[in-house]
Amino acid sequence: MNAPNKSGWKPESPAGDRPRDDAATTTTGNRALMLEEALIFEIGTNDTTGVDLPEPDANAANRLGGMERVEAINLPGLSEPETVRHYTRLSRQNYAIDLGLFPLGSCTMKHNPRLNEKVARLPGFIDLHPMAPSSVTQGALEVIYQLGEWLKTLTGMAAVSMSPKAGAHGELCGILAIRAALEARGNARRVVLCPESAHGTNPATAAFAGYEVEDIPATPEGRVDLEALKKRLGPDIAAVMITNPNTCGLFERQFREIADAVHDAGGLVYCDGANFNAIVGRVRPGDLGVDAMHINLHKTFSTPHGGGGPGSGPVVFSETLAPFAPLPFVEKHGDRFELVEEENAGEHHASTFGRMTAFHGQMGMFTRALTYILSHGADGLAQVSGDAVLNANYILRACEDVLFAPYADSGPCMHEALFGDRDFAEGLSTLDLAKGLIDEGFHPMTMYFPLVVHGAMLVEPTETESKAALDQFITALRSLAERANGGDMTLKDAPVYAPLRRLDETQAARKPVLAWNDPNLT
Amino acid sequence: MRYLPLTDADRADMLEAIGAPSIEALFSDVPDAARLDGPIHGLPMHASEMAVERHMAALAAKNLPAGSVPSFCGAGAYRHHVPASVDHIIQRGEFLTAYTPYQPEIAQGTLQMLFEFQTQVARLYGCAVANASMYDGSTACWEAISMAGRITRRNLAILHEGLHPHYVATVRTMAKFTGDSIADRAPTLSADCGTAALIEEIEANEPSCVVVQYPDILGRLPDLKAIAAATRAAGALLIAVNTEPVALGAIRSPGELGADIVVGEGQALGVGLQFGGPYLGLFAVRDPKHVRQMPGRLCGETVDAEGKRGFVLTLSTREQHIRREKATSNICTNSGLCALAFSVHMTLLGEKGLWALAAENHRLACLAADRLARVPGVSVLNDSFFNEFTVTIDGDARGVVRDLAEKNILAGVSLGRLFPMEDHLSGGLVVAVTETTTEDDIDALCAALKEALA
Repeated sequence: MNAPNKSGWKPESPAGDRPRDDAATTTTGNRALMLEEALIFEIGTNDTTGVDLPEPDANAANRLGGMERVEAINLPGLSEPETVRHYTRLSRQNYAIDLGLFPLGSCTMKHNPRLNEKVARLPGFIDLHPMAPSSVTQGALEVIYQLGEWLKTLTGMAAVSMSPKAGAHGELCGILAIRAALEARGNARRVVLCPESAHGTNPATAAFAGYEVEDIPATPEGRVDLEALKKRLGPDIAAVMITNPNTCGLFERQFREIADAVHDAGGLVYCDGANFNAIVGRVRPGDLGVDAMHINLHKTFSTPHGGGGPGSGPVVFSETLAPFAPLPFVEKHGDRFELVEEENAGEHHASTFGRMTAFHGQMGMFTRALTYILSHGADGLAQVSGDAVLNANYILRACEDVLFAPYADSGPCMHEALFGDRDFAEGLSTLDLAKGLIDEGFHPMTMYFPLVVHGAMLVEPTETESKAALDQFITALRSLAERANGGDMTLKDAPVYAPLRRLDETQAARKPVLAWNDPNLT
Repeated sequence: MRYLPLTDADRADMLEAIGAPSIEALFSDVPDAARLDGPIHGLPMHASEMAVERHMAALAAKNLPAGSVPSFCGAGAYRHHVPASVDHIIQRGEFLTAYTPYQPEIAQGTLQMLFEFQTQVARLYGCAVANASMYDGSTACWEAISMAGRITRRNLAILHEGLHPHYVATVRTMAKFTGDSIADRAPTLSADCGTAALIEEIEANEPSCVVVQYPDILGRLPDLKAIAAATRAAGALLIAVNTEPVALGAIRSPGELGADIVVGEGQALGVGLQFGGPYLGLFAVRDPKHVRQMPGRLCGETVDAEGKRGFVLTLSTREQHIRREKATSNICTNSGLCALAFSVHMTLLGEKGLWALAAENHRLACLAADRLARVPGVSVLNDSFFNEFTVTIDGDARGVVRDLAEKNILAGVSLGRLFPMEDHLSGGLVVAVTETTTEDDIDALCAALKEALA
């Protein structure tokens, strides 16, 4: 909502006073622009199709080796107009960045430029086969190479792997490279240290790679406790995984000292780059002693989240880890770009730990990210991180008197502001405030994460919000905080203006119905 | 700076409200030594939309789009016609710029779509439950092996010789770190899929799972039913891998033939080639009791506070954001928008359209196989196939592929590139034919091969 209501108009009564049951009912169940939509299994049939294809010749011989299908699959079809209407109606039940401020901390929901979409759909990119010979894919290889080079420049790192499919896949790539490097030294070691405030993917990744996971202690001000960490370091510690800026929204001031201590103890340093958007163009993680870091292209470089992916998680490596990076990657020889894969990796990349995925990574995300970097340039990217941090601090300082901000005294926040539910009246929770934001026309912030703050609310406005949009959000957040602090139990009813009221998640999990017409699982 | 709404006046007002002298001051926690004092070196400065588009279009123009020439490349990525409405729908901002649907009250669009998608995939695969997608087929394949290990408490996976070599490499890479054993071998250049040898291997071991691609990398159709029986007798799970969902409009589903876990690549429907990504991992199980061991997100039906039907992400106690190091997988973001593209394309096709699409693919592939078989020096390996088959020539097919590309014909994917360590496969060429292939394309390939092999 980049055009907030400047007239000062407000709903006559606050949310909760007017349950939807009191509203007029209609025969269709629709409410003007709020249109109900059934499942395709309820409206489509096996005989309907929205494409024109030649009628199959029932008598044609086949070469299916006796495997030909005889039973119906039961896939309902819709005509083209019905299909477009079905999905358009569904789309209108979604909140999206295109509709309004989406302050989802750590997830970075910022404007997705449409030029990026246009470029990604150029036939030379979208209609290019991954196994076409390199002589006819030079432009694509150049995109991968150039983006990789600029990621190295922006992070100050020695090497890059472009193939990981998302942030968590990139984490895995980084930890596998660390494990391979330690194995080459003769001992993979046993334990990876993660702070309690880490993203859930960090411990899950370390476990996936065969490591035990232990906590890194934190200081009361919300940063890694360097002295406690030093005491824990030893010959069994393979690596530390630290997010910087961390998930409390703070820059780890002593990152360099942490990295040096880990290196002195023979371990390696993984940085979760989910929050790189806060420092891009201003700080290079390579200068802080990082050995591996993934970059979520869908966060820092604004490729669209698409309702849950696809992401893209390139990983940058230090000199120490560069030899262990996975296949494939792109090299430049004179004017030509060459894809290095199993066929030609041989001698000059003998230590590679292997392959993360089929083909070469999320090309459709690379074209978008490269377009984004070209649009902003070096000067624009520094302004991106600057404005992201400015916006978060603006919200932090505008709300800290009504909403408990546990680290308000720990210095400026970075790109996200962290609040807790300490001052809420008995019986009201973070969830209630978050659902109240829905009624006010906003997506809720990230809730109950990080785990180190009770009832955590992590607010990340991003740099693509106007001051007017921030002011409107602040007004709404302050009002909700005052209601929660004052014990306004009508918040329990929120949301009342959304397409649905609160959903019964317990029932969903207890008796899972995971496919249409499927008997309930027991 | 067209993507940044703040004006300098806004910034000054906001800094005053915060009580900070400058934006730089907000970075005071960054040690001086780590702070850059100007625009980073090595990157250009910002550029207009027109200039950026021109630059990117020039890069795109250096590539040869599959649709612009006769193209027979497949091997796990297929060019199909994607109806225009698919791209229109996935570009709607409410889908494109939404987040993972953690707030179900304002994400029913994505959630209902996922519920429909899960049902479509489960039915296509002959399974009970499918998840809300994985990254791609290769990573889904590893996740299935990992899941079979959790269920059977064994750690040997036997891979059929016809599994895509990139999938094998991905699996071997992961297994190296988890301590799982992987038994794999390169294919033989034969119409026989090696089913008998595979069954012997299953019987002689105690595997957690057997992994069979169907149709396989050479386009052959392994006898899943026989393999499923042997796998079951050995107390193991059969994982079927499918890289061409359109095939399942013509051949029986893996679930129907006894596969326990079915995974695959969904790119062929709706997603486009995109030089290898983003693609769409599909993941389904035949027996609902295995649901709690599945990786990835699941969307389920429930009701809201007024009793109205709605959908939520569910069973998340399997997942990393709840279970952390005890999660079934570290996967977080998956392929939501690609799942939407797949689902819209599948809805447009419907049962009738999918059968017709599959029939047309098979008809053209048969036609291509017959014409290629008449080219001197070319032999067709397969006696059964769907829309992809292998031909053999004397010499190294890699050179032929490169030479034909210079003549603007994408002849297919050489086995030499797929299996660089296996000299005995170097004469193999995998040829894919879809509804986008014309008879003229096929004749152009035949003529070019005839000339190249003369």
